[in-house]
Amino acid sequence: MKALLKRDLMLALRAGGGFGLGLAFFLIVTVLVPFSVGPDPVLLTSIAPGVLWLGALLSCLLSLDRLLALDFEDGTLDLLATAPLPLEAALSVKALAHWLTTGLPLVVAAPVLGLMLNLAPAGYGWLVASLAVGTPALSVIGCFGAALTVGVKRGGLLMSLLVLPLYVPTLIFGAEAARRGAEGLDAMTPLILLAGLTSATIALMPFASAAVLRMTLR
Amino acid sequence: MSLWEYANPVKFLALSARVQPVLWVASGLCISVGLIWGFFGTPDDFRQGSTVKIIYLHVPSALMAINAWFMMLVTSLIWLIRRHHVSALAAKAAAPVGLIMTLIALVTGAIWGQPMWGTWWAWDPRLTSFLILFLFYLGYIALWEAIEDPDTAADLTSILCLVGSVFAILSRYAVRFWNQGLHQGTSIPVATGGRTVSDVFFYPLVISMIGFGLLFLALVLYRTCTEIRVRRTRALLAREGQGA
Amino acid sequence: MMPELGKYATEVMAAYGVSLTLLAVLLVMTLRRGRRARAELERIEGRKNG
Repeated sequence: MKALLKRDLMLALRAGGGFGLGLAFFLIVTVLVPFSVGPDPVLLTSIAPGVLWLGALLSCLLSLDRLLALDFEDGTLDLLATAPLPLEAALSVKALAHWLTTGLPLVVAAPVLGLMLNLAPAGYGWLVASLAVGTPALSVIGCFGAALTVGVKRGGLLMSLLVLPLYVPTLIFGAEAARRGAEGLDAMTPLILLAGLTSATIALMPFASAAVLRMTLR
Repeated sequence: MSLWEYANPVKFLALSARVQPVLWVASGLCISVGLIWGFFGTPDDFRQGSTVKIIYLHVPSALMAINAWFMMLVTSLIWLIRRHHVSALAAKAAAPVGLIMTLIALVTGAIWGQPMWGTWWAWDPRLTSFLILFLFYLGYIALWEAIEDPDTAADLTSILCLVGSVFAILSRYAVRFWNQGLHQGTSIPVATGGRTVSDVFFYPLVISMIGFGLLFLALVLYRTCTEIRVRRTRALLAREGQGA
Repeated sequence: MMPELGKYATEVMAAYGVSLTLLAVLLVMTLRRGRRARAELERIEGRKNG
């Protein structure tokens, strides 16, 4: 399992591996927001937590196609499916690698981008906390979506259509936690609900993803 | 003589041919009676005026939107466990019907809400949950169309239906958490037997609901037969291609 | 015959109009696809047997 993790991390980090693209997208979307809603600082403050969450979510979504498609094309997935390591574990590892190379950088970048959107001082901690707790869920749910569309040519748009509705609960709880925190209210309830959601998805989604992958590879 | 006999496509087609005429006529009757009675024969509501008449469309379609997904869930499970093709095809057949029911529920809900809430669309929890359900239907139908091998498509869409059901329920609670909402309480808590809609509206509503249910059945039976025939045609063509 | 719909006339008519139209579209598309599938199958089976 460690070898698989190292391999996926290496692949993502080397040139052409797509590392940093998610981050760049996050930055660009954040920059575009004031252009679309106007530069009024008060408005930006009120929408900053939600917009940052949405930007992080979309960045995760866009980097999902690298998760499985490349391995599918070169036959690595077939090897993984027949290897002694259970496919569920292999997919969990792949999702972990995805989170380390995509989700985690977003969590780190979020406060910096928060500055640009005039995020309220109280909100920084809650934003980082909610993203840290929520982005792993995005990776495992995204892995499921990637597995469903792995054999579909140019299935990116279809994957988005399938994954985005599944992202709704995570987005609601995560953004709510960030928003309440930014307003100075207690945000523990949504954060705890988010943590529960992440734990459940980490535990259960790999089974669905593996089942789907086996069906496609048959 | 168990229900499983009808997993056989030929028997299913035969049963469907016998049952459909009754279903079509009965549904047409119930819907006509329900809607006409409701539209012409009931008074306006004290607060909502004549918009209360929208209830005869909104509630039955919303009910069927949910029931359709539930039926898809059950037939998907049957496919995964017992591999009856008819079951998988029934799920495929039901999806567009559910989609349209959801759309009707959304549109009538939005129109009904406009005079009451003052906006054409309000992010009320019930309406928002139906919007999410609409997206689930779209994704399910899109996945069926995208996968070439029919059996793999049946497999993948079944898992999607399962996972989607869990997330749909999760979303329902998340959306309620997110926005406390403007919707009135359930007007027909059928399970509890109580009712908050007064009698004069109740009977045409129930008849309309039954009509929509029968229409759903008729449509799904018809569409499943279509899917069975398409599948058989493809199989025959494939065999021809091999034999030639 | 037409009931007094009062100030909500457009809303109510719109709701009924859209709903019945959507149902009609669903019905038409269902029936068209059904007839085509049936004809196609009969053609193929006729070729097989004939």
